[in-house]
Amino acid sequence: MRRGIERRQAFWGFLFITPWLAGFLLFTLGPMLASLALSFCRYDMARLQFVGAANYERLLTRDPLFWRALWNTATYTLFAVPLGLTGSLLLALLLNRNVRGLALYRTLYYLPSLIPAVATALLWNWVFNANFGILNQALRAAGMARPPEWLQDPHWALPALIVMSLWGIGGGRMIIFLAGLQGIPQSYYEAAAIDGAGRWQKFRHVTLPMLTPIIFFNLVMGIIGSFQVFTAAYIMTGGGPANATLFYVLYLFRQAFEQLRMGYASAMAWVLFLILLGFTAIQFRQARRWVYYEGEPQ
Amino acid sequence: MSANGRHAWRRLKALAIYALLTGGAVVFSIPLLWCVSAAFKDVQTVFRVPVQWIPRPAHPENFRDAWRVLPFARFVANTLIVTGFAVVGQVLSASLVAYGFARFRFRGRNALFMLLLSTMLLPAQVTMIPVFLIWRRLGLVDTFAPLVLPAYLGGGAFTIFLLRQFYLTLPRELDEAAMLDGCSYFGIWRHIVLPLSRPALITVLLFSFLGHWDEFMGPLIYLHSPEKLTVSIGLRLFQDQYGQTNLPLLMAASLLHILPVVLIFLAGQRYFIKGIAMTGLKE
Repeated sequence: MRRGIERRQAFWGFLFITPWLAGFLLFTLGPMLASLALSFCRYDMARLQFVGAANYERLLTRDPLFWRALWNTATYTLFAVPLGLTGSLLLALLLNRNVRGLALYRTLYYLPSLIPAVATALLWNWVFNANFGILNQALRAAGMARPPEWLQDPHWALPALIVMSLWGIGGGRMIIFLAGLQGIPQSYYEAAAIDGAGRWQKFRHVTLPMLTPIIFFNLVMGIIGSFQVFTAAYIMTGGGPANATLFYVLYLFRQAFEQLRMGYASAMAWVLFLILLGFTAIQFRQARRWVYYEGEPQ
Repeated sequence: MSANGRHAWRRLKALAIYALLTGGAVVFSIPLLWCVSAAFKDVQTVFRVPVQWIPRPAHPENFRDAWRVLPFARFVANTLIVTGFAVVGQVLSASLVAYGFARFRFRGRNALFMLLLSTMLLPAQVTMIPVFLIWRRLGLVDTFAPLVLPAYLGGGAFTIFLLRQFYLTLPRELDEAAMLDGCSYFGIWRHIVLPLSRPALITVLLFSFLGHWDEFMGPLIYLHSPEKLTVSIGLRLFQDQYGQTNLPLLMAASLLHILPVVLIFLAGQRYFIKGIAMTGLKE
């Protein structure tokens, strides 16, 4: 009898998860293996030829654009992720202070993150316009005689895209922080106050530890997302000027769908995957030192 | 410090916080306000320095023109078709899978669930090329199929996770009572779980809509014929043709792309906020 119930449970359980299981095999695991195989081939959608590690060798030793793209993407990530995370946290802290009109502020700050990526790119294209853009109009009004030419200047194009990414700090990440802040039991602060903790100490020893799981989650997902930055560069700069905003995925996309170097692009995809896997593994390892999970046995 | 002084100090601080929040909100709104303003201008006034925030004369006909030039209405219809079918598939299949993970005990369940979650860490580029080759082999490139059909296979880790979290909170007694009444597992899902999880389903549906409405790289890879493009790809065409010559028209078209998203958000705001908070906090 028990056996029968268990079997029925297993049968129906598998049946319900079948859509995902099929999708996983068909659109994730299968293609992953195929892409790994392709990365050792040359394939222009007509002829398939095994070339061993030649793609990887060329990628790592003879393709300066690959390194440029990796450098651009890493630089972008190095600034956009920590700045964005800190910005979201600060905004959540401000909004968590019994602010009147919270819903209105939350909506106003959330709105930019909702705007479709293409519309955002088209819009900011003109915000950054050297002559007519509102950013430079403001800078000139503030007394800067010759503000940067942003997207036309190889030194300023990447910083411009980083600034643009900060427009989204009020998005989902901030809402998660806000919910996290509101979920910290008041009694913890009271206990800290009895121990004589000041405001900074309360933040340092109660708020921050309680938020570390959220910070960790956002950091991991933020780095993965940031390494895949694509649309902004594709629409606004086309990777320029002088390859200053040639991002990794943009270069990969061009190799695959414009040059039809499917094998080479697959090798690029696997290198990206391994880089992100490495980052994620390091972060999970580090997490033991700084991420605090409540109620978890040590 | 005297009690009075402390009181004044506290008020000053509250004032500073409001000033900071309001100032920030204004700065954050400026690009969007500029877009709205530019969409009502003509080719001369749009480049005027300093910016003329209230367009005079206003040209609401920009929206009509944006709707007509290029087959923009066609792009909107295509996007609605793709988004509509994909959203239905994503919500329904994710709900089935989430129910399976939440309610049934079977060998390997936890391992499979971890596997599901780990797919969130996988960059799409690793599967992108072979998946494209599959669709090409099936002769379905330049159709909506590659953008719609995958949604019916599970609907993605994030969606499944969110719904499973919700299903874990539903009381099991209801399932058991329905069982005694002779309801099948599928019947329980259909008649008990689905109706009870309406708020969670709406949340997921809204996210799904935004995700598909916004999608760029998928349509860029799969759609080629001008009459099949979605808005996000069509806008790029718009940019190429009018970006330099008729900026107000481009901004009007962009606003038409933005508007549905904003309206949906305002209508379903509480579902959004709750849903986002839910995903971030548990586990």
